[in-house]
Amino acid sequence: MSTTPTPAIQLVGLHKAFGSGEHEVVAVESVDLSIEAGEFFSLLGPSGSGKTTVLRMIAGFETPTSGAVLLAGRDVTHSAPYDRDVNTVFQDYALFPHMTVLQNVEYGLKVKRVSKAQRRQRAIEALENVRLAEYGRRKPSQLSGGQRQRVALARALVNRPKVLLLDEPLGALDLKLREEMQVELKAIQRDVGITFVFVTHDQGEALSMSNRVAVFNHGRIEQVGTPREIYDHPTTGFVAGFVGTSNVLSAELSAELLGAAKAHSLRPERIRIVDKPATGEISVAGIVSDVQYLGADSRVRVDLADGSHLLANVPSDGLVGVAIGGSVRLAWSRAAASTVAESEPDSEDPNQIGGNQ
Amino acid sequence: MGERLDRSAGIAEPGTTQISATGGRASGPSHPVRAINRVFHGRRRLGAGSLLGAPLGWMMFVYVGSLLLLVVSALYRLDPKTQKPTHDLTTDNLVAAFKFWDPDVWPAVWVFFRTAAVAMLVTAICFVIALPVAFFVAKVAPRWIRRGLIVAMLMPLWAGYLVKGYAWRAMVSPAGGRFAAAGQGEGGFLESVFGWSPGFGRTAIVVALVYLWLPFMVLPIYAGLDRLPPSLLDAASDLGAKPFRTFRSVILPMLLPSVAAGSIFTFSLTLGDYIVPQIVNNGQERFMFGTIINATLGAPNQPLAAAYTLWPLVIIILYLVAMKRAGAFDNL
Repeated sequence: MSTTPTPAIQLVGLHKAFGSGEHEVVAVESVDLSIEAGEFFSLLGPSGSGKTTVLRMIAGFETPTSGAVLLAGRDVTHSAPYDRDVNTVFQDYALFPHMTVLQNVEYGLKVKRVSKAQRRQRAIEALENVRLAEYGRRKPSQLSGGQRQRVALARALVNRPKVLLLDEPLGALDLKLREEMQVELKAIQRDVGITFVFVTHDQGEALSMSNRVAVFNHGRIEQVGTPREIYDHPTTGFVAGFVGTSNVLSAELSAELLGAAKAHSLRPERIRIVDKPATGEISVAGIVSDVQYLGADSRVRVDLADGSHLLANVPSDGLVGVAIGGSVRLAWSRAAASTVAESEPDSEDPNQIGGNQ
Repeated sequence: MGERLDRSAGIAEPGTTQISATGGRASGPSHPVRAINRVFHGRRRLGAGSLLGAPLGWMMFVYVGSLLLLVVSALYRLDPKTQKPTHDLTTDNLVAAFKFWDPDVWPAVWVFFRTAAVAMLVTAICFVIALPVAFFVAKVAPRWIRRGLIVAMLMPLWAGYLVKGYAWRAMVSPAGGRFAAAGQGEGGFLESVFGWSPGFGRTAIVVALVYLWLPFMVLPIYAGLDRLPPSLLDAASDLGAKPFRTFRSVILPMLLPSVAAGSIFTFSLTLGDYIVPQIVNNGQERFMFGTIINATLGAPNQPLAAAYTLWPLVIIILYLVAMKRAGAFDNL
């Protein structure tokens, strides 16, 4: 990766604290990150994990306490937002309520003294790209949430920035609209080919849209990788629990079952309910304490002898003979479990039954 | 009113009987609050009426009533012998007050325009001072300082109007003036401390009025800025606008309703004021229109004085209509 051209964004030892003295709150701690040009990059984490603060430092709304922000190799750590070649789609859209939709989209071009005819044409094109060409004369208050979100996108993209920053732009939309916008955003990113930095707390969104994901917790990056790497090989217990659902096996249990005294992560869908384990498989017996019907699959919670429990996703039609209170045998292949570093549990505790789907 | 209540009571009848038939036996008569609730349940007009009736009645009686009284008393004929208003109705006073072509009325017209000009000047100065102050308090000052600053802005409202008027008289009093501070030279506060004072007169009038009504401009602008989402300022900056551009194209247009609301206070309060102007003018000149009304009242010609009050009333109503158009009441 070091031989590739200059990254679009480089964050070097980024640190941000708010307040001072005993009121000091550390929002971001020693974040190092390199985002390539043209990437769809997600900053994923629970609320308060520092992902939005990192985005605001890239945009220039916040100045880091220490560390540096480089855009296309240029140090912009202390540059004002209007001196940076990035644009932002805000969580609350931040459309100017006293301007029409068209005036909102034209604003950035007008400030940059693009000629009237040209900016009008570009603004109309940008609105066409988000399928809102007929809405130019309306005020933002006359639009629905999804339409406002698209105006915000057009207003940012019309400036043809090198980097587009998106701060939970889909958070306020309902599920169906959100899924449509995910597809649309991804398509727009492919078309315009610019770098997208996408902040979200929704791991499904991050996995489905991104080229790479950085998982944040307590102001630090826990793991950076492709969605597949993050999901299949979480490196910390927090990532395992926050991205998808996972069983985190303690070091003691791992020592007993796997012969390695290190915590392991094990996805519920990798666990089978068996009569007899196949050769080479890891196996453990337990008592069924809960069965959740999820449609094609069911999630079975099995209490183990040491007091911990495992979640197993099994096909619903394979549940014959599985009853709460009954004993079952669980099995999984040796490769299914991967070692994770124990990390600070998050206050939201995502590792719950039905927690993060 | 009574008829409407009867009708709604009639509509609710079946429901009421039903409730008392079922719930009444269990806990009905022993719970007076429930009995009252039952009377109001489903009768929105009765509920709204009993909630708003008293305050609305008060507003009608005191505010609208006194304005009407003013208009009606402008129609009373003055008995030339006793110099007292009689209850005979006449339009003579109105004609006399609005006879702009009559040279006798011209001095009053001149004073009136001067008063309106002072009101506009005071409003403009209040705006120029209030905007940066409110901006600092709402958007720049750290949270812990903010509360103290808001209290500081409101503090002058705790002092009496006349107290503030005489305080300014002591401030501007010229050399040798009656309010010369003992042992501090000859003049008032400004004279003795800074060696210069505007003295009694027009400058002092404007300065004192700006001081009096400034909080009424600062507060709405502060409230408007406080409501302004910070993300809008970020967005403007993000789109390339430097601070002044952001101020001109985003902050100012969005503050317009707040400025209009503030200007209603500063404009109408100045237009109607004449006491403090008299105090800081050493009582020399009938500078504000209110002094003319007051003098006419003391002439004594109460009906003509009432007719003169319709001038500022008309201007203020026109001003309110214009400000309504500007959106001053949209987010009150």
